[in-house]
Amino acid sequence: MAKQPESWNSRIGVILAVAGSAVGLGNFLRFPGQAAEYGGGAFMLAYFISFILIGLPICWAEWAMGRHGGQAGFNSAPGIFNYITRKPAFKYLGAIGVLIPVIIYMYYVYIEAWCLGYSVNFLTGHMDFTSIEDSSNFWGNFIGIGENGAAIGFGLSQVGIYLLVVFILNFILIYRGLSKGIELFCTYAMPTLVLIAVLILLRVLTLGTPDASMPDRNVNNGLGFMWNPTKHVVETQQQDGSWIVERQIVDRAALAVAQADTATKATTRVRQVTVKEQLWNPQLWLAAAGQIFFSLSVGFGVIITYSSYLSKKDDVVLSGLAATSANEFCEVALGGLITLPAAVTFLGVAGVAGMGTFGLGFNVLPMVFANMAFGNFFGFLFFFLLFLAAVTSSLSMLQPGIAFLEEALKINRKQSVAFLGLITAVGCGFCVYFSADVKALDTMDFWVGTFLIFILSTLQIVIFGWLLGVDEGFRIAHQGAAIRIPKVFKFIMKYISPLFLLIIFAMWVAANVFGLNFQTGEASTSGYVRDLFIEPNTVAWMSLALIGFVAALFVFLIALNPDYKQHSKKD
Amino acid sequence: MTSSGWIILALSVGSVSLLFIWCIYKVLSTPHETEHIHGFEQATPDE
Repeated sequence: MAKQPESWNSRIGVILAVAGSAVGLGNFLRFPGQAAEYGGGAFMLAYFISFILIGLPICWAEWAMGRHGGQAGFNSAPGIFNYITRKPAFKYLGAIGVLIPVIIYMYYVYIEAWCLGYSVNFLTGHMDFTSIEDSSNFWGNFIGIGENGAAIGFGLSQVGIYLLVVFILNFILIYRGLSKGIELFCTYAMPTLVLIAVLILLRVLTLGTPDASMPDRNVNNGLGFMWNPTKHVVETQQQDGSWIVERQIVDRAALAVAQADTATKATTRVRQVTVKEQLWNPQLWLAAAGQIFFSLSVGFGVIITYSSYLSKKDDVVLSGLAATSANEFCEVALGGLITLPAAVTFLGVAGVAGMGTFGLGFNVLPMVFANMAFGNFFGFLFFFLLFLAAVTSSLSMLQPGIAFLEEALKINRKQSVAFLGLITAVGCGFCVYFSADVKALDTMDFWVGTFLIFILSTLQIVIFGWLLGVDEGFRIAHQGAAIRIPKVFKFIMKYISPLFLLIIFAMWVAANVFGLNFQTGEASTSGYVRDLFIEPNTVAWMSLALIGFVAALFVFLIALNPDYKQHSKKD
Repeated sequence: MTSSGWIILALSVGSVSLLFIWCIYKVLSTPHETEHIHGFEQATPDE
């Protein structure tokens, strides 16, 4: 029997698969932390502007270019870029669109295993913490943060067994193919995820004030910490005359006390940080644009592969918007109302402020659930929700690699699954073994999960707007479209999006590579650069070597493939 | 939470919820949108 080309089964299925790819840990952990840090109102303004200027345009460009390349028989970025641009160099640049999801999968599946492990431990009642230190120690031991090799263990409170389960689950689903694997799983997982999130949301919004002796720890203040547009901070003056923020106050009674308390002191003050002041902070724009980027899964090389399996008459404009809106709903309406309000209700603003994504998710929230009525049940639900979100994302990271290997080596799915399984197993083992200070994971996330995503996104919007041409791009996008892209997006996609991306990328490099602080103007070398050149770290260098090896392998396969020398396999 | 906080919350949550609902409505109400695109694959791609 002749091999049939792979395809999606239904429109809803492909939308849920793309939405599943986008909805991940960032929706429930990263977004609330970022919004609270930069002030709810100001952050949301920058967030929605970034959504319109870069999120939607890159999303539509990826959907349109992917389907266009798919018509010519290509399902991975090297073939699609080569076909669209008709320039041989772009097939090598397309390797980035395969490298990003494959490398991210190597460490993302490790984090996915944390989520499964936490949900199982809540279900079995092993998460009875009494302090944040308990919770942090559990996390440290669970992922082996203390020393290399410590994460490899197969007990209930060690990550090994969960990693094995999620790794096998991912590859079983990916082996079953697009419609019977990815689409089928997302069709059930996404509605389940939303249902669980709504259940947890109802629980969080009815928490009230759990501890009467601490009246400032309540849901209202939790929501205020997340959404209040103006912030009140207590600042102390340093010897050089500068003021540094000591703490943030949300509760009205506490604010009145602090104002009265500092009124007579010359070196302490309560200051109101306005929306306007926050919007002048370049760091806020960087955070908002970055969140849109990573949340929508644009520039990952995933959407372009997924949409390549659509036919010419299938809609991409409404599908793209629907998948994007599903992600935004999960992020803003669910993630924005669950995580921080729950955390502040039990730990107060001081216990939550400044926690990073992992700190909030795996140190603070377990402590919150441990103190909540029916906490084991809701803890299980929350981490199972994160687990589902992570599986739908990790599945999407495998498909570009599978498609590329099938295309480049002319092998069948079973062989490509085995080949990619071997590559990702080695990479994942590397991340898990070098667990001390999560150095391997952190290094790979920085250079691939952030740096290369900026590069690929810029590349894609430039190809769409300038090489393919925005008029031709719109013509391709509108084939079979259920709705039309507003005309103003022609200007946005040609001029504004690339410019906005370049500005954000330049700011990102200044802040994260050269360590520039936009508010103080001081610069200090970033830890990632220091790990490579100033105080060379063996694990950081090995992580880069692993990325380089996989990149070289992909480039080698592209160079060997005669199909990429033609414009279209079907020509 | 301040009243301006409630406004920001309502505008943000309301706008993304409305967009999401409109998209679902549009996908489900557009003719042929919910029909199978290519028919079920009964076997894994290699079979």
